[in-house]
Amino acid sequence: MTTTLLAIACILMITVVIIQIGKVTDLANRLKGEEEAQNASNQRSGIALMAFMFAFLIFCVASALYYKNWMLGYGPHMSASEHGGRLDSMFNVTLFFTGIVFVITHIALFYFGYKYSGKTGRKVLYIPHDNRLEIVWTVVPAVVMTFLVISGLDAWNEVMADVGTDEEVMEIEATGYQFAWHLRYPGPDGKLGARDFRLINAVNPLGQDWTDAKNQDDLHPSELVLPVGKPVRVRITARDVLHNFDLPHFRVKMDAVPGMPTHFVFTPIRTTEEYRRELSKYKEYQAPSDPANPASDPLWKTFNYELACAELCGSGHYSMRRVVRIVSEEEYNTWLAEQPSYYRASIRNTDEDPFKGQALPGDPPPPPPPPAPIDTTGVNQ
Amino acid sequence: MATAAKQTTAPVQHDEDLLIQEYGYDDHFHEHHEGDKYQSNFISTYIFSQDHKMIARQFLITGIFWAIIGGLMSLVFRLQLGFPEESLAWLKPFLGKWITVNAETGMGTLAPEFYYALVTMHGTIIVFFVLTAGLSGTFSNLLIPLQVGARDMASPFLNMLSYWFFFLAGAVMFFSLFLSTGPFAGGWTAYPPLSALPQASSGSAGGMTLWLLSLTFFVISVLLGGINYITTVLNLRTKGMNMWRLPLTIWAFFVTAILALLSFPVLVSGFFLLIFDRTLGTSFFLNEIFVGGQALDHVGGSPILFQHLFWFLGHPEVYIIILPAMGIVSEVLSVSARKPIFGYKAMVFSILAIGFLSFIVWAHHMFMSGVNPFISNFFVVFTLIIAVPSAVKVFNWITTIYGGNMRYTSAALFAVGFVSMFISGGLTGIFLGNSAIDIQMHDTYFVVAHFHIVMGVAAFFGMFAGVYHWYPKMFGRFMNETMGKIHFWGTLIGAYAIFWPMHYLGMAGVPRRYYRFDNFDTFSHFSAMNQFITIAAILVFACQLVFVINFFRSIWVGKKLTEKNPYGANTLEWTTPIEVPHGNWPGKIPAVHRWAYDYGKGGQDHISQIVPLAEGEGDSGH
Repeated sequence: MTTTLLAIACILMITVVIIQIGKVTDLANRLKGEEEAQNASNQRSGIALMAFMFAFLIFCVASALYYKNWMLGYGPHMSASEHGGRLDSMFNVTLFFTGIVFVITHIALFYFGYKYSGKTGRKVLYIPHDNRLEIVWTVVPAVVMTFLVISGLDAWNEVMADVGTDEEVMEIEATGYQFAWHLRYPGPDGKLGARDFRLINAVNPLGQDWTDAKNQDDLHPSELVLPVGKPVRVRITARDVLHNFDLPHFRVKMDAVPGMPTHFVFTPIRTTEEYRRELSKYKEYQAPSDPANPASDPLWKTFNYELACAELCGSGHYSMRRVVRIVSEEEYNTWLAEQPSYYRASIRNTDEDPFKGQALPGDPPPPPPPPAPIDTTGVNQ
Repeated sequence: MATAAKQTTAPVQHDEDLLIQEYGYDDHFHEHHEGDKYQSNFISTYIFSQDHKMIARQFLITGIFWAIIGGLMSLVFRLQLGFPEESLAWLKPFLGKWITVNAETGMGTLAPEFYYALVTMHGTIIVFFVLTAGLSGTFSNLLIPLQVGARDMASPFLNMLSYWFFFLAGAVMFFSLFLSTGPFAGGWTAYPPLSALPQASSGSAGGMTLWLLSLTFFVISVLLGGINYITTVLNLRTKGMNMWRLPLTIWAFFVTAILALLSFPVLVSGFFLLIFDRTLGTSFFLNEIFVGGQALDHVGGSPILFQHLFWFLGHPEVYIIILPAMGIVSEVLSVSARKPIFGYKAMVFSILAIGFLSFIVWAHHMFMSGVNPFISNFFVVFTLIIAVPSAVKVFNWITTIYGGNMRYTSAALFAVGFVSMFISGGLTGIFLGNSAIDIQMHDTYFVVAHFHIVMGVAAFFGMFAGVYHWYPKMFGRFMNETMGKIHFWGTLIGAYAIFWPMHYLGMAGVPRRYYRFDNFDTFSHFSAMNQFITIAAILVFACQLVFVINFFRSIWVGKKLTEKNPYGANTLEWTTPIEVPHGNWPGKIPAVHRWAYDYGKGGQDHISQIVPLAEGEGDSGH
């Protein structure tokens, strides 16, 4: 209560002070004579603008240095995907050109603002226009833009190209729902089975049609694990509202749209371990990962690639995290072999199973060892 | 006549009245409107007024009200982002059930749903109610009749309706804040299916219904205003006021009105389809949805269709916001520099080019939305072409200052600040407009930084420049200059302090619209920066209170306007009496003989538009 009163009193005081300052300068100006006061004020403003320019440009450079670890393409923030490096360098080329324009225009704006601050009797230049000058500053931006557009579109069309029919690319699927990602891998047949949203229920989170044999070996892992160096096509879908499949380290982003599967093709080029080793070179990453516990692992050791949601999808939008692990091909194969088929583990011979009581080609030979109870639903991490 | 035309002496006060008397056009207005039937009592003068100057003030004051509400909302969610561990229990008396207080620890937290409601309302309110109605509504209404030399708008009655539909829109939106299910919380872009399904977000229930209703009223308001602005500029220009003699303010308002008239109906059509989906069971935007434990019947629609309809307005909308600010800044810079605006024709053509291009770039908001990547090629090209007319405008503003004699009023400072903001925010648009770079930047804080600087802060700067500059025309008094300068410096430094660091967040890939960042290792490195931004936001808001106090205080105690033309400006609004009557000019309407920017010509400080050309003198605008 007292704090509130104190705060209100403070605000009132400051208000009164500002109003008084306003009044006093007004009066002082009237005493000095309007014209002279205006000249002095112009000069003060001009100097202030110039000072602001220096402070601002220094702030820009200093803040860029301070946050250099987040500069795209720089060590700790380099791309973990093949196409990402190209996008990063495009960002930096654009940064170079816009940086030049930014500095030149700001120096011109504030320097002229300072140099031509008003004085009684100063003669102004009457120049309504200058065609030559105007052509120059129409053409130069146009040329720079053409360059940026061409290199941008070249990169864009290459990055966004879908896989050709003749290419062997591993396909996985990510489905966004409120509020998590559900992952699906194709299993040994390399094909994702058919889905129908009407079939979705508590045990069939993706609405897979179990009569489709391609579904019967599909996996539902809780982590996104991918082998390094191999292109992967992510089929991106959503169950309820829009989501966005966002892998910031891989420069991957694509909306998940209900009823309209989208995709993104990319190739991871750094394993999680390699990325950690790179981070360990920077002193910022030597800090303990838990600030409260100095003995905890350093930040670089706990680093993980992450999958996030980048399209507002409701009140849990900020929490749709999955860990992404990039591993060597060997490790990947080992991991993959350990993953049970979702159908075999959770559906087979339940009431959901259309083949309940019937023999299927993939059935384990009797007597089957009881399958290890592995929680593969992974829906509420 | 001869003395006025010779221009050997600087024009004096009384000359203007004589000039109007001599050359002006007599429309017999006062014979028809003697006794002023429109303004005979309190209600018709101050409430249901049909006078464009009163309607302008109504728009402005309503806009200020909404700016305060929208600003306060941003402070609440900035507190959440900057200090997620601090108790917000002290906000409980204001925000009620949206703050959950832990009974044991006394820790008050902001509910995530309400965080999103605040973000949504902040965007909707600032974009539509403040920067569209408050900016274009205020200055188009005030300046179009005064600067083209008209008695009033083409249809004063529609003009009045325009304001009251805006008021109604605001009232409905305000009411939605108090619903038990909360106001709409799906982002100002209102993308379905989230905005269509109450099961997906509680704000999409009654809150969304009211949001749609409110914005439909708002669009009616914009259309009634826009058709009036266009008609007035085309048909009610005074004698001699051809299009190439219009001040750049009018050009900007004119093109803005055309953009609004062409794009807002498309938004409404999207709204209606969304209403059908919500209430009639249609499936324009809905397809194969499983939500709330059941599969919905909607099949065959496309959420992306809504995005097309939305951004077909949404992109022109950002120019609807920024063009009036550009017009105001052009005028204020020229008057303050005592120098003609550099490259008047290039400025007009770039306004037209920007206006035209704004209609064919909308899908640059949708590069990552699942549209065919091939389509994006066209939108990249057109988007980056906009950089050219924008660059021309920036260079022309800078050259206008070059060789001038800058009189730094608060308005002039805000105009200079506008140019700086427009450069900073415009350049980051080159990153985002390039679809390849947008893959990483899309929906991150880089976007937040970009559009807040280029169409939020810059448009506010244009608005402030306009308010300080034309305040004497609106209220017959000046605002306090010292308080204006405190306001300017606090806002300039503070706004950069808020939004500049966000670029780095965006480069790190931190997505926007996150309630907290600590669920992700990648996004949780920036608590110090988020605190800094929040503190800067509070300080900037405090600076805006200086403006608000100055604004309302000056209505009664500001320094009185003692001459008709305090800035030595050329445009027609400064030929009206100090207290502008209904009908704007007491006698004849002034006739125009030259463009609006004869400052410093032939050694004269300024030559008003109503001064006839001397023999052999060319009109520099042509």
